[in-house]
Parts: sequence; C-alpha cells; structure tokens
Amino acid sequence: MGARDQHGPGAPWGDAQPGAKDNQAFQVVGKPHRKVDGLAKATGAAVYADDIVLPGMLHAKTLRSPHAHALIKKIDATRALALPGVHAVITGQDMPIKYGVIPWTPDENALALEKVRFIGDEVAAVAAIDEDTANAALKLIEVEYEVLHAYFDPKEALVRHEPSIHEDKKHNKGNISKHVELSFGDVEAAAKTADLVVEDDYSFHGTTHTPIEPHCAVAQYSADGVLTVWSSTQITHYVHRALARVLELQPARIRVVQPCLGGAFGGKSDPFSLEFCVAKLAMITRRPIKMLWTREEVFYAHRGRHPMQLHYKTSATKDGRVTGVDAKILIDGGSYSSFGLVTTYYAGQLLTGPYDFPSYRFDSTRVFTNKPPCGPKRGHGSVQPRFAFEVQLDQIAEKLGMDPIEIRRKNFQGEHTQTVNGQRITSNGFMRCLDEVERASGWRARRGKLPHGRGLGVAGSMYISGTNYPVYPNKMPQAGIQLKVDRSGLVTVFTGGNDIGQGSNSVVCYIVAEELGIPVENVRVVAADTDLCPVDLGAYSSRVTFMVGNATIDAARKLRALITAAVAEHWGIDTRRVRMIEGTVIDVEDVAKSMSSVEAFHIAEEKHDTLGSTGSYNTPTLGGDYRGGTIGASPAYSFTAHVVEVDVDTETGRITIDKVWVAHDCGRALNPMLVAGQMEGSAYMGAAEALLEHHDINRFGLHQGPSLLDYRIPTSVDAPEFAALIVESLDPEGPYGAKEAGEGPLHPVLPAISNAVFDAVGVRLKHLPFTPARVLAALREQKSASVAKTTAKGRA
Amino acid sequence: MKAIFDEASAIAVTLTVNGTTSALRVPPLRRLLDVLREDLSLTGTKEGCGEGECGACTVIVDGRAELACMVPVCQVDGAVVRTVESTELESLQNAFLAEGGAQCGICTPGMIVMARAWLAECESAGVAPTVDGAREALAGNLCRCTGYEKILASVMRAAGVKT
Repeated sequence: MGARDQHGPGAPWGDAQPGAKDNQAFQVVGKPHRKVDGLAKATGAAVYADDIVLPGMLHAKTLRSPHAHALIKKIDATRALALPGVHAVITGQDMPIKYGVIPWTPDENALALEKVRFIGDEVAAVAAIDEDTANAALKLIEVEYEVLHAYFDPKEALVRHEPSIHEDKKHNKGNISKHVELSFGDVEAAAKTADLVVEDDYSFHGTTHTPIEPHCAVAQYSADGVLTVWSSTQITHYVHRALARVLELQPARIRVVQPCLGGAFGGKSDPFSLEFCVAKLAMITRRPIKMLWTREEVFYAHRGRHPMQLHYKTSATKDGRVTGVDAKILIDGGSYSSFGLVTTYYAGQLLTGPYDFPSYRFDSTRVFTNKPPCGPKRGHGSVQPRFAFEVQLDQIAEKLGMDPIEIRRKNFQGEHTQTVNGQRITSNGFMRCLDEVERASGWRARRGKLPHGRGLGVAGSMYISGTNYPVYPNKMPQAGIQLKVDRSGLVTVFTGGNDIGQGSNSVVCYIVAEELGIPVENVRVVAADTDLCPVDLGAYSSRVTFMVGNATIDAARKLRALITAAVAEHWGIDTRRVRMIEGTVIDVEDVAKSMSSVEAFHIAEEKHDTLGSTGSYNTPTLGGDYRGGTIGASPAYSFTAHVVEVDVDTETGRITIDKVWVAHDCGRALNPMLVAGQMEGSAYMGAAEALLEHHDINRFGLHQGPSLLDYRIPTSVDAPEFAALIVESLDPEGPYGAKEAGEGPLHPVLPAISNAVFDAVGVRLKHLPFTPARVLAALREQKSASVAKTTAKGRA
Repeated sequence: MKAIFDEASAIAVTLTVNGTTSALRVPPLRRLLDVLREDLSLTGTKEGCGEGECGACTVIVDGRAELACMVPVCQVDGAVVRTVESTELESLQNAFLAEGGAQCGICTPGMIVMARAWLAECESAGVAPTVDGAREALAGNLCRCTGYEKILASVMRAAGVKT
C-alpha cells in the first residue's frame, strides 16, 4: 500500500504550506525537538555494544591473513589451545556455509575455508579469559599457506582469469563480480546529431566510512538453546537471517539486538565475521563472548566506497540541452561481493535525475581484486558517477559559455515525471535548491569575478528514499510498527528500525506524539530487537524516515481511531468531533467536553480491551520493465544542490574550502535540526573524500595506513563552514511529505569542489582525491599549454 | 585491553573519580581507560581507536584533558579524575541536547569533557571563548557524523556565546 492511501482524507498537513515559517498545523512535527536518546548520549549513560558486560564473559580475537591471495594448506591450533586461559579456537571448518548480504552472491565465510583473499581476511578466532590471552594464543596458531598470484589492478582482473579469486564454476566469469549494460533511447544517434559532444575520463580513488565506534559483538547461548547476539549492526534483520543460515539454527532460536550504535554510514550493513565468531564461540564454550575489533581491523573489514574508473560522453545542443549520456565504468570491488550487485546497478541507474536526458547508456563492470572488500558507503554507488557527470556538465557549460547554474536549470526534469530509465519521480524541489544556493552564495555577483585563486562551483544530485527492491524477494511489509498503550498514559513503540545516530527512534517518537496528541515524553521507543520488534529491513538506502515513518503513521492512526471511537461513544457524539491534542482529548464543537489522554486511554481500554495497534509500509510497484529495472526505483527521490567556495594556493597546490552552501529537498523536515545535522554531516563527509581521504593498499597488498593517523578524516580545524538550506517540496507519499536527508546531501560537494577550482584557477580536476600534488601538476600543465600557445602565436 | 591479572606485579593505586575515591590493585601498565570502564564500571568514556588519535576517551586528570587510552594507571596514582559521568557537566550536556550536538553519540563524552577543560582554561586565563578557539580546542576529538557545526554550536551555547 502506498502512503497516500494511509493518510486518508484530512491529512494533518492540509493547511501547512511548504516553506511556511512554522508548521502551525502540527504540534510536534517540523519543530526542533530534542532527540530521545540525546541526554543518555551526552551523559555517557547510553549503552553501546562494548559497554555490555555479562557474567562469565570471555573475550575473542581474530587471526588474519598475512597474504593477499593464498590457499590455506593446514591450520594447527594445538599450541594455542594449550595456552592457559584459552577456552576455544575456531576456524573456517567450524562454519563452512557461505553467506552474503545479497542472497544471489553468497561468497563469504565467517572464517576463511580454503583460501584467503586479502591481507586481513579472517582465518581463525580464539576465545580466552581476556584480550591479552586471546592475542597471545593467536600467535601460537600455525597456518600453512600456498601463495597465489594476487590482483591489485582492476584492469588486470578484468582480462586475466587464472587464478580466479572466487571459484565460480557455474558461471565461469573469471574475476568479474558483476556486469550490467543497459541502454535507453538512442545515444549513438544523439551523438551524431549533437551540436557538441564532450568525452572524458574521471576516477574515484576509494574511501572508507570510519565510524568512531569500532565493530563489536557480544553473544550469549542459553541453556535452552537460544542464541542472543548484541551487535553494532545497522541491519538487525539481515544479521538474524545470516546467523541462522551459517550456524544452521532455527531463526526462532536466535535473537539479535542492536544496542546504541556509534556511527555506521553503510560500514555496518553486511553481516560480519565477528558476529558469527562470537555466536559460535558462545555455543562451544557456553560462556558469553565479546569481540571488539581494533581500529586497524575496522580498516580491513572496510566495505567502503568503490574505486571507479569512469568514462563519460555527453551530447548536447548549442543551447545547453543534454541529448545523450554514454558511460563506461570499471569498479574495483575488492575481495568479496558484499552489496556489489547493487553497486554495479546503482552506478548507472541513479544518474537519471535531476536532469532529463532523452538517451542514456551505461556499461558497468565490477571486478574482484585482492583488497579489503568494498561495499555500501553513504550515497552507495552513485557518488562516483555523480562526480564525473557533474564535472562534465560544467565542461559543457564552459564550451557553450553558459552559466553553470543555468545549464542545470535548462536540463531540469520537472516533477511528477518519469526518467529515461523508467523511474517514477514525484516531488522535486531541485529548482528551489538551485535558487537557494545561488542566492545564499552571492553567485551572480561573485562567480567568475573573484580574484585568481578563489572560486565558486556548483553541482546537483538526486538520491533514493529507500528502494522497492528488498534484499531478498518477498511481499511482506518493508517496515512494521507495533504500539502498546499503558494505563499510565505511556505509549510504547516497537520498531525494527535501526537508529544509527540519524535519529530514527526520535522520528518514530515525534510521529506517535503528533498523531495521538500526547507529549513526546509519554512515548517510549523500543527498537532493533528481533525478539521484541516487528521486522524492519534496516538502516540503509535512506529508507528509514520514509518507510518506518509511514508505518508509524499507519499504526498511530489505527490506535487513534480506537480511542476517538470510544470517547465519541462516551460523549454520545460523532467520532469526527473528537480530537486528540496536547495531552487532552476534546470535542471540537463543545469546549466543555474535554478529558486527559490518560482518561481517554482508560475509556478506550474499557471498550476495546487491551489497547494496541500495528502498522506497516510497503512500496508501491515501481521501476522499469526490464531486468534490473527495480534497482534504484524509489517511492520518492531527494534532490540537492551545493555551491562550494574554495581558495587554491597556487604555490603549494593546497585547496581550502571556505564554505559549502547545501540546499536539500527533503520533502518535509520532520525535525529541521536533525535534517540540518544530516546535511552538514553529509557535506563534511563528501568534502573529506575529495581532499583528504584515500583508502588504498601498497604494492604488496598491505593496507597503506590502517589507523586514524594515516587515514585522515577531518578535525574541527579542517572542516569548512556549512550552511544548511532546507527546501521542502512535500512529497505526496512521504510521511507528512518527508523524504530522505542522510545520503543525498553528500553527492554534489565533490564535483562542486572541482568546478570551484576551475573558477578559481582554470584547471579541471577529474581525478580524485584533489591532492596538492595533483593541483600543482594541473597548474604546471596549464602553464606549459599556455606557453606553447603563446609560442605558436609568436611563430604565426 | 584487559591485561592478564598477575598478582605479583600488581600495584596499589588510589584514584578519585568524580568525587569518589577508590583503592585498587592493578597491573601498573593497565590503561586508565580500562580501569575506568572495567574496574570502576564507568563506561561513559569510550574507546574509538586505542591509539590516541580520536579523543573519544578524553578525561580530565588533575585539571588537564588527557587521553585515557594512552595513560598507564601507574602514572596517575593519587590523581583526581573527571569523566563524562561527572555531575558538573550539566550545562554542556543540556547544550548538546538542545543544539543536536550528538548524532551517534560515540564522540560526545570526549567532546563534552574536552569542551569543559577548554572553557575552564578560558575562564582561568580570562579570555572570552570564541568559535575559532573552540575549533582549535576540539581538534583532537574526531566526530564522523556532524561536520562539527552542531558541536561548535553546542559548546558556544554552553559558554553563553550566541553564534
């Protein structure tokens, strides 16, 4: 069912206009309410996975591969097991069943079975009385390897098939992880008839999430055979499924709980080795087990943004209309599939907005290499192509002498339309995003007119608010909610949704408070516990506010209907006259009739028996009618525009970002403070990827710096100033019109920096990251080209 | 990281944490972080990297902000320690709540403790806290969620400075 059906007549935002100064129709929604877990986090009371201590708990550590690609010939753990304090050692043989977050590509083992595929791949795990003993035991495990040829260059992996990193006898695809080729309209014809064709190469280098909380999991196996795993995961449901598969347990014998989570950004979306290891070790030792990864291990676990080599060819008319886009993309997947199937599609499928182009083709190939596996990072699959295309769009504007904002306006796809690849677009506030950044940055007065070395750049983007493609095919709801009413006036919400810091538990709380007209303090949220909460598909693809929000509205309205019916009967009036607001229930036509929410709950419980309700959300049928057409199909898309101001030091090549103006169409800001936080945090993360961060290995396949000293995430001094400009387009199907805000606002900053550098010093940066060396090289090239030109002129 | 408890090498250490004095027998090189989190059950202080880079484990030792993961407990015998669980941090904690300064919250305890140390420093030096000053002061505390805007706003709100 679509959200539109759930809202019914008299949707509560009926009289609140988009962009209105305050949302007067709302009591809670649209206001900067405090987060439900804010004080617990600020006082240190919030319990994260590593804060959990259980009686008799043992500690586990992981032995990792020192080779990038090797066969395991023999593992001997005799000496490790003999060490006092060691309780158990497990290897791949203890959990031989493969898994993978995407059911079509199960190619991971909890511990390597026959071979290792990157330096850091998990080989064995030890449970001991403490971490030091476990670490000492790791050194006593003897592993015999037969080293194989290792692939570090994706281009080599593309053409060389033996040895293959994964044995896939069925498909015999060599080292190709996934290949997608899709074509819409006639790009060849578009190129032939175009006034202008721009063709160029771009590259994205690879970055990682770096949540400040390292992965941690705790397991307990009860005497009656129930396994409980507390894990720093952003998708409880998929961990639940994977544990059942690998451990060969009935899912009903497993409980997965996500405690407070210290950052994820996509990096905690896959089921990870440590979750299986603590579970297996708990089952063997009958003692609770904790495993906390070191910072170094988090870098090996990775699943960060894929390095991509991108070739784009864009055709346009002389008045700036794009007529065709032709893309060829090589994706370096690292050693396992992870979400790679989706990444390979997203790399093409998510480019078809906010601009309309009549023809589009993409050829996207993901290969395996012997590096830490890549996966989904905030803006999954689409940040790299977006970078390439938005720079290319600027190149077209440059050739045509057009203003970069104007060319983006010119190609705007409009709202309530369809993209060239068959995606349905509903609300679309992109034009207002452009207006906002243009105005706030003083674009017209300043762009192209600033002193040499200083410049402004713009870029746009779109992103999904969840996708209608559930990771495993099923027709059950994507999000479910249960509400329980207590006689004290408290309403408890049970949600499978994962609050990973983005504030999903708070959003659920605000919605229930809004719908039932009770104070936010009277709503308690129980989340992400598979024993207690209905299934939700987790915190990924920016689906939570949209889907969990709609499910919450559904549940709350059903509960409200029960309560208002009981009160109406009590007062002998029509149900439509009963309104729940500010902790009271009133008759809108007779001010004398009023009671507290608590009294109303009691009256309703007398009439209906124990009070509660359920709600759910599932996407409408969406997507193009072709293989892969549902991947990237979302019930609503968010839109973003950034303007970045940079200062380029032509002596050192250093780029300083002075300010980023972030305009984002989030439909409706359910809490503008939290939306702004997501916008600023997204832009920060993207800017860091462009200038500072680089996740890579050295020539031996060893991670080039698995520490927070070497992997440079920005400090408060490095971070530029951000201006968050919220644009509200009111989506017809979003909860109160809301769309996503956590991933879309990352995309434009990378190309906008490149475009700003062009405005500042006239060089085009097409290869990330924009290091001082790259900037200086580009400036040198510019200088020698200009000398050559002058010399040529002189000769002529 | 919990060390193997070896009674022979253990030393006696006295610590006053958030006003409560405890006498402990611990290995001399045990990290202050583990003493706080495990021996004293004060889990508000977080471990982000264990190598002195992220600042999540910042605590105040005898008036100075220190990284608890880098301090062997033998060096702080007799010290007065303040952690995020201290009841003296209320204004900062409320400011973080009001400004949305905590997203995932894992860096928040370290941020709040560091901000307290900095504001105390400003006060004793008689200088007015500024946003630029806060940026400098918090540069050793990494946040991956916020882009620092809302953290700086929180600290300035606690300092009584309008941003």
